[in-house]
Amino acid sequence: MKKILKYVIIDILRNKIVLAYTIFLLVLSLSIFNLEDSSAKGILSLLNIVLIIVPMVSILFSAIYIYNSAEFLELLVSQPLKRKTIWLSMFGGLSVSLITAFLIGVGIPVLLYEASPTGIILIVSGVLLTTIFVAIALLAAVSIRDKARGIGTVILLWLYFSLLFDGIVLFILFQFADYPIEKAMIGITALNPIGLSRILVLLKMDVSAMMGYTGAVFRDFFGTTAGMIISLLTLLLWIVLPGWMSVKKFNKKDL
Amino acid sequence: MIIANNINKKFGRLKALDNVSVSCNKGECIALIGPNGSGKTTFIKAILGMVLCDSGFITFNDKNILHDWAYRSKIGYMPQIGRYPDNMSIGQLIAMMKDIRNPATVKLDDELINKFELDKLYDKRMRTLSGGTRQKVSASLAFLFNPEVLILDEPTAGLDPVAAEILKEKIVAEKAKGKLVLITSHILSELDDLVSQVIYLQDGKLIFHKKIEELRADTGQEKLSKAIATVMLKGR
Repeated sequence: MKKILKYVIIDILRNKIVLAYTIFLLVLSLSIFNLEDSSAKGILSLLNIVLIIVPMVSILFSAIYIYNSAEFLELLVSQPLKRKTIWLSMFGGLSVSLITAFLIGVGIPVLLYEASPTGIILIVSGVLLTTIFVAIALLAAVSIRDKARGIGTVILLWLYFSLLFDGIVLFILFQFADYPIEKAMIGITALNPIGLSRILVLLKMDVSAMMGYTGAVFRDFFGTTAGMIISLLTLLLWIVLPGWMSVKKFNKKDL
Repeated sequence: MIIANNINKKFGRLKALDNVSVSCNKGECIALIGPNGSGKTTFIKAILGMVLCDSGFITFNDKNILHDWAYRSKIGYMPQIGRYPDNMSIGQLIAMMKDIRNPATVKLDDELINKFELDKLYDKRMRTLSGGTRQKVSASLAFLFNPEVLILDEPTAGLDPVAAEILKEKIVAEKAKGKLVLITSHILSELDDLVSQVIYLQDGKLIFHKKIEELRADTGQEKLSKAIATVMLKGR
């Protein structure tokens, strides 16, 4: 496991994109903290950018990387290695490198300017989001053989999670405004990791105005602490479930 | 050593392997022969566990390969088209394979690396290599770990005559050591002095598995190419 992981990480570092991503995040967070007059406001602006960019880079880079590693996977599968080991090494390698990029690019500036519990929660949710979207990309890449279709699907998934989902929630909300649907909405919230991360950070920050409908319902229903624990657990589920499904699929895949 | 039992594999509607049962033993050199698309490569990939059979099973040293992976350390595989990570150099690739296969347990055999003079090309990236050089790398890797079983898919395709001769000599030498060699090729003339048995596949079906002497006796042809041609014509 360790050996393959090492080769995957070396290979990822060799292609410089992760480095560029790190620098981009670093420049972005530093300039936000310097532009905003209070660093708490900086965290808020940073949150909105992190929620868009981190999932996009994670899901796209991972999917493209997996498709480009088809040869590498084929070579490894013909060697005395467990398929599970190979796949988890890919997962681990991608997550570790993207998380490291995030920790350097966003983690360090946050700790420098606003090392509050809110800042820590922002870092945690960024790390979780990275891993979640690597897992989703892996599941998509192992399920879809065709590269163009796979990458297209991944882009649509990102659009869905970051834009469409909120639209759908609003739509449901207006259509069923006359009914008591708060509890159902909590269930629906769990279907979007990006929304969950936003709720997680905003619950800690206590800015209800920014929370949106689902967040407000969430807090009403669970209270702050329980709400945070539940959203954290649901986020972890978002890593485990797609990850486990992709391992299952890779075990049965013909190469 | 390797026993395949009623294996079936479908790709969509195409039956790539149709109830194939074969048994291969040590010290044999077996040629897998058949027209294009007859299931040779699928069969090889099934043995390696790269393709999973729909039904039937394969055993390696009496152990089902389905949930086993360690058995692959006893196989050297040379693929038909060697596909390797593009931005690795030959040296890095070989070092990585050594690292993965844990050569502490086996004696390395770098004869082919030396004879193909690959050590001079160690810093060349895989994507810059010609098809022939790639084949040389594949062949060197297949023999490097002194495996008990060699599976060679079109080994000489794309090699220049000198390299092809080196490889053939190596195959003969390894066979003499009592290894099992499975080989597919369309150039039947070069198989003549190599193989001891022939497996003939067509449309995913096993047509026959015979010793080469039997095949010669049955068809009345001395040359393998002519013998197979006779079989193919009969089949039509």
